[in-house]
Amino acid sequence: MSKDRIEVSRRDVLRGAGVAAFLGAAVPALGDERKTETGIRQFGPGPEKLQFQINGKRVSVEVEPRVTLLDALRDRIGMTGTKRVCDGGACGACTVMVNGKTVNSCMMLAVDASGSTIRTIEGLEQGGKLHPIQEAFITQDAAQCGFCTPGMIMSCTALLETGLPETGPEPTEEQIREAVAGNLCRCGTYPHVFAACREAATVMKESSR
Amino acid sequence: MSDKEIQLGFPGNVRKIENPYPADAPPAWGADAKLDVVGKDHTRLDARAKVTGAAKYSYDRRFPGMLYSRMLRSPHAAARIKSIDLNGIDKLPGVIHHEPYEGKRIRYAGESVVAIAAETEEILDDALARIKVDYEVLPHAVTIDDAMIPTAPSVAKGDNERPGRPRGNAEKVAAAHKDADVVLEREYRTQVQTHSCLETHGCVCVFKDGKLTAYASTQGTFAFRGSLARALKMNQSDVTVITDHMGGGFGSKFGADAWDVYAARVAVKTGRPCRSMLDRRAEHMIAGNRPDSIQKCRFSAKKDGTLMGAEVLSWGTAGTSARGGGVYNPAIYGFKATLQDSRDVMTNAGRARAFRAPRHPQGVFALEGMIDELAEAIGMDPLEFRIKNDPHVVRQAQYPIGAKEIGWARRDKLNDPKATVRRGIGVAASRWPHTGRPGSAVRCRIGKDGSVVVANGAQDIGTGTRTVFAILAAEALGLKPEQITVQLGNTNDPPGPGSGGSTTTPSITPPTRKAVEMAKRELLGAVADVLGGDPKKMDLEDGKLVGASKPLTFQQACGLMQGDVIETLGRGDRDLFKGGARFASEVAGVQFAEVEVDTETGGVRVVKVVGVHDCGRVVNTMTTRSQINGGIIQGLSYALFENRVLDRGTGDMLNADFVNYKIAGSIDMPEIVSIPFSVAQGITPSGVSSLGEPATVPTAGAVANAVAHAIGVRIRSLPITPDKVLAALGKIA
Repeated sequence: MSKDRIEVSRRDVLRGAGVAAFLGAAVPALGDERKTETGIRQFGPGPEKLQFQINGKRVSVEVEPRVTLLDALRDRIGMTGTKRVCDGGACGACTVMVNGKTVNSCMMLAVDASGSTIRTIEGLEQGGKLHPIQEAFITQDAAQCGFCTPGMIMSCTALLETGLPETGPEPTEEQIREAVAGNLCRCGTYPHVFAACREAATVMKESSR
Repeated sequence: MSDKEIQLGFPGNVRKIENPYPADAPPAWGADAKLDVVGKDHTRLDARAKVTGAAKYSYDRRFPGMLYSRMLRSPHAAARIKSIDLNGIDKLPGVIHHEPYEGKRIRYAGESVVAIAAETEEILDDALARIKVDYEVLPHAVTIDDAMIPTAPSVAKGDNERPGRPRGNAEKVAAAHKDADVVLEREYRTQVQTHSCLETHGCVCVFKDGKLTAYASTQGTFAFRGSLARALKMNQSDVTVITDHMGGGFGSKFGADAWDVYAARVAVKTGRPCRSMLDRRAEHMIAGNRPDSIQKCRFSAKKDGTLMGAEVLSWGTAGTSARGGGVYNPAIYGFKATLQDSRDVMTNAGRARAFRAPRHPQGVFALEGMIDELAEAIGMDPLEFRIKNDPHVVRQAQYPIGAKEIGWARRDKLNDPKATVRRGIGVAASRWPHTGRPGSAVRCRIGKDGSVVVANGAQDIGTGTRTVFAILAAEALGLKPEQITVQLGNTNDPPGPGSGGSTTTPSITPPTRKAVEMAKRELLGAVADVLGGDPKKMDLEDGKLVGASKPLTFQQACGLMQGDVIETLGRGDRDLFKGGARFASEVAGVQFAEVEVDTETGGVRVVKVVGVHDCGRVVNTMTTRSQINGGIIQGLSYALFENRVLDRGTGDMLNADFVNYKIAGSIDMPEIVSIPFSVAQGITPSGVSSLGEPATVPTAGAVANAVAHAIGVRIRSLPITPDKVLAALGKIA
């Protein structure tokens, strides 16, 4: 089962338009809802007050409608674990989960994610205990320079947590490769990422028994 | 404390030499050394920081009041900036600083035209969009073929094609060819490859109380500091460079670049921190690349399999630089005579920079192709032909290991001649000099509380340098690597090497061991002062003090020291890098590749790659395998996918992104078998040598040879894309 990437328009397309499509999945929790008669919501051009649930915490931020979720996370909220690499939806380094689905956060406007539940690399560790996939990345040496690593881990997490039925089989080699097919690595960690994913799957299967 | 003799070599081939190192050198590690920590699997010290997102890269640095900077870049490959209309951006709220480069002569697309610093990235977007530039557009030549046309516009003063410096002996080569049974003349070509570091080039600069701190994405903290200080006319002692983590360099990130210097200038002028990180497009266009090559080869051999002469006349473009376009060909094998002439061709394109084994992958691709072509011409198995002509004692031992692992014996029976999807196996070799260098120093501090800190100012480019320091210290102190605190990537600490030429681990190992051994001697001396006994009979093993009158833990032993801390400085002195005791003059490697080629689609899939690589003594087997895997994957990517495409008409780069500039991804991964082949080289007391670069050298050659074996036609140009395969098979024009 492959992960489901949310397709959104490139922010360049939207830049300056001040209008964004009203997405059912991303109803803004706060802010001035200036709905027009056509039902299309007006944004901007000034800053919008947005609110997210990030790694279990409510976070508010005020950004212009053209700011991507990635830049809001990194430059405004200060969560820099999510990496900015291609800023064009090609490399997966900025992968986060929005409402349980992996998204290239450089391809989603922050306004479109408002009201959403967001999970980032910083949220995988729980009470000082690493997620099994994080442990496996360490033991399998799946991070060299480490710049692709947060995105890789988020894609693997999506596969391990939601891509497979809880009692079902461990992921096949093909499923793992497909899960990180959108994540580029320049140091060449891929075989280690595959091994880490297999190892984490085994650990998660054991602990779910 | 050193032994009198060192055993060099590897199992099955050892010899002893007299220990050439000074009496105060760390104990020599020969082939028979028994080590507890070195040479085993160790996870990285910084792995937890990397998997939790806590690791701070330069791109992640944020400071109150930080400005963002970027440059407007020329869309033209050759132009003069006539005038710049700032169009009121200086009055735009949030634009804090700007610097127009009026009158500048543009020599490649992507050169800076105006630099701006602003409060946010969005304000930068607005400001850059408003600027109007009047260019006098000049004729350009962006490809090597265009630039060599006699009437092509001059990129810089003089001819675009620069004369080479021929090496070798023309008469001897001619004589060798004459004595040969087969003489082949072929032309090979390689493409321009961009480094494609995931973290783009750049830094964040902070200026406070007359001191400048640059958080830089660099593989040479000290080189970066020196060049930044020079550019700002500051004392280097007033500049600190910090690189805790960096997202890839591969040879492209040493000194401070124009955009770094701009950020520093803004920080100094405004007193506010300033960030300057390239965007992906600029990264592809202006931050370095591997030059392309055209290699005209004339090689000869006798029917009995004796290699005779090799001549290579080559051209390569390093963009607007007149240096760096050479190739490593002919090389490796025992030719009777060689002649080489490499010519640089200047083009209106971004400059080349050192790229993981400069000159080697492109040279070895052509060299290994020629070797296979000769073998075929004389009817000899290509592996047998290599073994007959390879003078290197280590590679001679590596060939059978790799051949067995890839299944070379089944090579002749691999294909059903009627099959649509065909398989092939190929082999290629690499060599690299021992590159450890003197001049580094390492500080070791053992605290009364048992804490151990090892400090050096060099960076960890991603190879696991941080962990190497800890392993070496743990070995000497009888501790575990995770008990050592490693402080690196800060130029206020003792000097360390730039991570170039595969020098880092071989250069830092001798001074690290020296510092820790000195600290250990001081500690044991302090213990003897209190407990009595001979400190020379005491040792530290498994977290304990042994050979003393009382059984103590390491921590208890530390508690006996007089002062609060024992501090030593180990220098990587010249006499630790004598080099006279080498087992072999260089490190050797061989790679084997198996591929599958679909003759209907032209698609090539690499099925398996085996890499057998010597890097002297292996410090960490886990990260060593990662390095070999990484080298192979980058080599595979170079062989099949990567290619910088410049528009001959406009001079702009057409694929300056990660959609159209393709690097290998998860789907493209073959099975990889990485075999570290440890050889006691005797080059330093520790015998640690180079690996990062040699591991990527042979891959493209091995893959190309496998493709030729699979389809029976040779593709002499990289990357090996489906269109080239189909053309070679005569299926498309």
